Amino acid sequence: MDIKRLISMANQIGDFYESYPNQSQAQENIAKHLNSFWALPMRKQIAEYVNVQGGNGLHQMVQTAIKAHIQV
Amino acid sequence: MDEIKYNSSIDYGTPKSQSAKQVTLTIDDREITVPDGVSIMHAAAVAGVMVPKLCATDSLEPFGSCRLCLVEIEGRRGYPASCTTPVAEGLKVHTQTPKLADIRRGTMELYISDHPLDCLTCATNGDCELQDMAGAVGLREVRYGYDGENHLASVKDESNPYFTFDPSKCIVCSRCVRACEETQGTFALTISGRGFESKVSAGNKDFLESECVSCGACVQACPTATLIEKTVIEAGTPEHSVTTTCAYCGVGCSFDAEMKGEEVVRMTPTKNGGANHGHSCVKGRFAWGYATHKDRITTPMIRKSIKDPWQQVGWDEAINYAASELTRIQKQYGSDAIGGITSSRCTNEEVYVTQKLIRAVFGVNNVDTCARVCHSPTGYGLKQTLGESAGTQTFDSVMHSDVIFIIGANPTDGHPVFASQMKRRLREGAKLIIADPREIDLVANSPHIRADYHLKLRPGTNVALVSALAHVIVTEGLVQEAFVKERCEWDSFAEWRDFVAKPENSPEALADELGVDAETMRAAARMYATGGDAAIYYGLGVTEHSQGSTTVMGIANLAMATANLGREGVGVNPLRGQNNVQGSCDMGSMPHEFPGYRHVADDTTRALFESAWGRPLSKEPGLRIPNMLDEAGEGNFKGLYCVGEDIVQSDPNTQHVTHSLENMECVIVQDLFLNETAMFAHVFFPGASFLEKSGTFTNAERRISPVRRVMRPKNGYEDWEVTTKLSEALGYPMHYSHASEIMDEIAALTPTFRGVSFKKLDEMGSVQWPCDDEHPDGTPIMHIDEFVRGKGKFFITQYVPTTEKVNAKFPLILTTGRILSQYNVGAQTRRTHNTAWHAEDILEVHPHDAEERGIKEGDWVGIVSRAGETVLRAKITDRVQAGVVYTTFHHPESGANVITTDNSDWATNCPEFKVTAVQVSRVSQLSDWQKHYKTFSEAQIAFAGKKAEAAKVS
Ligand code: SF4
Ligand code: SF4
Ligand code: SF4
Ligand code: FES
Repeated sequence: MDIKRLISMANQIGDFYESYPNQSQAQENIAKHLNSFWALPMRKQIAEYVNVQGGNGLHQMVQTAIKAHIQV
Repeated sequence: MDEIKYNSSIDYGTPKSQSAKQVTLTIDDREITVPDGVSIMHAAAVAGVMVPKLCATDSLEPFGSCRLCLVEIEGRRGYPASCTTPVAEGLKVHTQTPKLADIRRGTMELYISDHPLDCLTCATNGDCELQDMAGAVGLREVRYGYDGENHLASVKDESNPYFTFDPSKCIVCSRCVRACEETQGTFALTISGRGFESKVSAGNKDFLESECVSCGACVQACPTATLIEKTVIEAGTPEHSVTTTCAYCGVGCSFDAEMKGEEVVRMTPTKNGGANHGHSCVKGRFAWGYATHKDRITTPMIRKSIKDPWQQVGWDEAINYAASELTRIQKQYGSDAIGGITSSRCTNEEVYVTQKLIRAVFGVNNVDTCARVCHSPTGYGLKQTLGESAGTQTFDSVMHSDVIFIIGANPTDGHPVFASQMKRRLREGAKLIIADPREIDLVANSPHIRADYHLKLRPGTNVALVSALAHVIVTEGLVQEAFVKERCEWDSFAEWRDFVAKPENSPEALADELGVDAETMRAAARMYATGGDAAIYYGLGVTEHSQGSTTVMGIANLAMATANLGREGVGVNPLRGQNNVQGSCDMGSMPHEFPGYRHVADDTTRALFESAWGRPLSKEPGLRIPNMLDEAGEGNFKGLYCVGEDIVQSDPNTQHVTHSLENMECVIVQDLFLNETAMFAHVFFPGASFLEKSGTFTNAERRISPVRRVMRPKNGYEDWEVTTKLSEALGYPMHYSHASEIMDEIAALTPTFRGVSFKKLDEMGSVQWPCDDEHPDGTPIMHIDEFVRGKGKFFITQYVPTTEKVNAKFPLILTTGRILSQYNVGAQTRRTHNTAWHAEDILEVHPHDAEERGIKEGDWVGIVSRAGETVLRAKITDRVQAGVVYTTFHHPESGANVITTDNSDWATNCPEFKVTAVQVSRVSQLSDWQKHYKTFSEAQIAFAGKKAEAAKVS
């Protein structure tokens, strides 16, 4: 899928959780959201974008969440 | 005393009473005990004594005008009308005496002397209360003759496409006037003139031009042939009747399909229908002609390429071709490359077998439903906060509400029968708050109703509004802390409270962003929090946004904080668009969930389904509709089984959708018509209409209602049978002989449906889930003692403005909606006489914006967005605010979705239909897309009419 589309979708998720006071909990929730609702090929693609290509343009919290908790 | 067992085929003359006090009286020597407050006529009917009557019927308050129902009461003088005289303890009533017989005969004689005596050729012969009463009172002669003044030459009004008004047969009983007021709430009719001159009038216009919304309540109430369905005039009176459920909106009205053999003569709303109590709207009652429309396709068709004409084939050939193509694609590209889409128009049973086919046989969870583009944020938001993806109340609950808060919904157009009930409550004095960018009818355009506050917010700012309201509730000490402490997660509440209390969430700070005055927001928040039992009703104006799920959670936060959950009169109520949105979601049509909203990764649930279905199942969530389309656009998704859904017309960014479909190798469409998606298909399975199949629909209040087959499917099979045939051809036979057996399987595998069966629906009429051992009769109100998730959970709802921003190039916001007479993509209603009210989609433009652009009423205007361009006719109105334009999307050639974009809700990918930045200008011709569409669709329609030899499919 077009990575730009995945980035913007993931950033929207990051925006939602940004205001949560407990940031580590928020990161877990972001990853949980991706694991629960994104199909495996989409998760693989975004994880690779973060882990291999540096995650440019992706919400910082989402990057951290993906690195720590994404299931691929 | 035992509760009265009412029989829905008896007209008790006047309404029931809710009084707990019982009164005992004697009627014609029969002693009878009834609730205080009912009329003598009603009590008599309960006792089995039918007092003659004409102006009374039990759906309306009594009026006392015909004087046929007179009775004698011992110890009282005169002859009181039994319909307007309430019962009292110890009364001794006589309904048949020589004197009464005399008076009644005299009254009837007067009626009949001004009535055409053409009973034998009259359309209601045998089904006419005037005729019955003439018999009941023993009328034998009419002394006055037709020599005096009479109304026999009055002219018929045939303007309404569905019913006729023949004033020569009118007895001026005013049942129609009262039905329009009390039942429908439109107040279109009056009795004008006095004495002999008095007559029924639709505001001195013909019915079509009047305020009438063609609900048919007056036609149903009319005791004579004055107001009568044209179908009855044509076909004669029906001879049998079968109770079924409307296939249009999420109200889920129950109807008696009144039949002559296999032909429907009329649809009459079922008197004891759980959702509609004998009322209906123009769609359900009248707009069923599409089921036999000539455009309907009843023979399967196949073709190799969408550039080829269709080849009509037998069922076996079509099924085998589809199966072989799916198998080929699966082998060539892998299981991830195929999937399916179900629809809210399908029955629960159809959705269930479709998702079963995809999960168990396709071997992948790539199944989604059209709720993706409407209420998926409801499912997500309510599950997160309250624990169940469903509305909390019954419709009847609104009759206990003191404050009604409507957000982003237009009930009088979208959910008309429920709106009538809501209007009744509003006329009784309930307060009304409306949050909507547009002035919907309930704001100030419904008789005797005026919104206390209209928060006319900018499209896309719902979350800011919810935060501002929450800010007032929290900072002005209006939180019901005891409820929150007992029922909710306190930590989540505290986080939310601290968040909304921040100054940046105050109405004053957000007023400019919202375009709503701060003091009005404060007043509305106070009214919601302190005005008594308060209920929120919301629709697609909440969900179809980039923050749709956030708003749903914000709404649940407001309800929890003010203790407006868990009893009558309160709650969080999504108004579902299509008939079976709730049901199709319940049935596991989302890619991440099995039936009953259980995640596919949950090992126990998966094991349950694996053992029942005998196939291994994937624990990975599948692709959603927009994901499927994106993947298809990139060449990774190749085969689609699309049942009852028209994604080309109903999904955003049409050109993206059609490009994706063009990229697929096998698109299978199952539908009544060659819909827009079918124009891109390779296999067409003709579908059955709701009159031709058995199953169930689940409405917005979780009410499961039966759909019953009243005629043979014109295409040969019910839709679930087609799906099981495809499954069998793919090597997985499903052994059902009737839809009821599918429901038995659903019940066995889904805890919230455990107690549901066709037998139960036959007995109860309908039932609201959860229906299990603990709640064998269902659950009208949810979350009474505790929330389904245990403790309610608050979520912080940070407002994030949409990226779909206005700028110099696209300075206006386009928002979309729907109207009463048309339904969704219009495939059904456009093929009925409902087009009399809405022949085309138009663009509403504010006078200021119109003037700036030199646009006049009726001009063609081009609407350009970042996604595309289309052309519609303009209507200048200040119902929309300056800076906002509005249209409906019921006609494909309008191309409303050519301009909507790919933006979507963060949690569910529900498209942001309600906000598109556009520019609008006067034009003289159709857009390029529209011209292309015209040529393309004409060619496709011709392909479907071609004979087999022209096709190239081998
Ligand atoms: S059809 Fe409905 S709206 Fe029209 S006049 Fe009759 S009751 Fe009123
Ligand atoms: S039209 Fe029918 S319901 Fe209305 S006043 Fe005449 S007879 Fe009565
Ligand atoms: S369209 Fe909706 S309101 Fe109208 S009859 Fe059908 S279910 Fe009822
Ligand atoms: S029925 Fe009582 S006055 Fe008409």
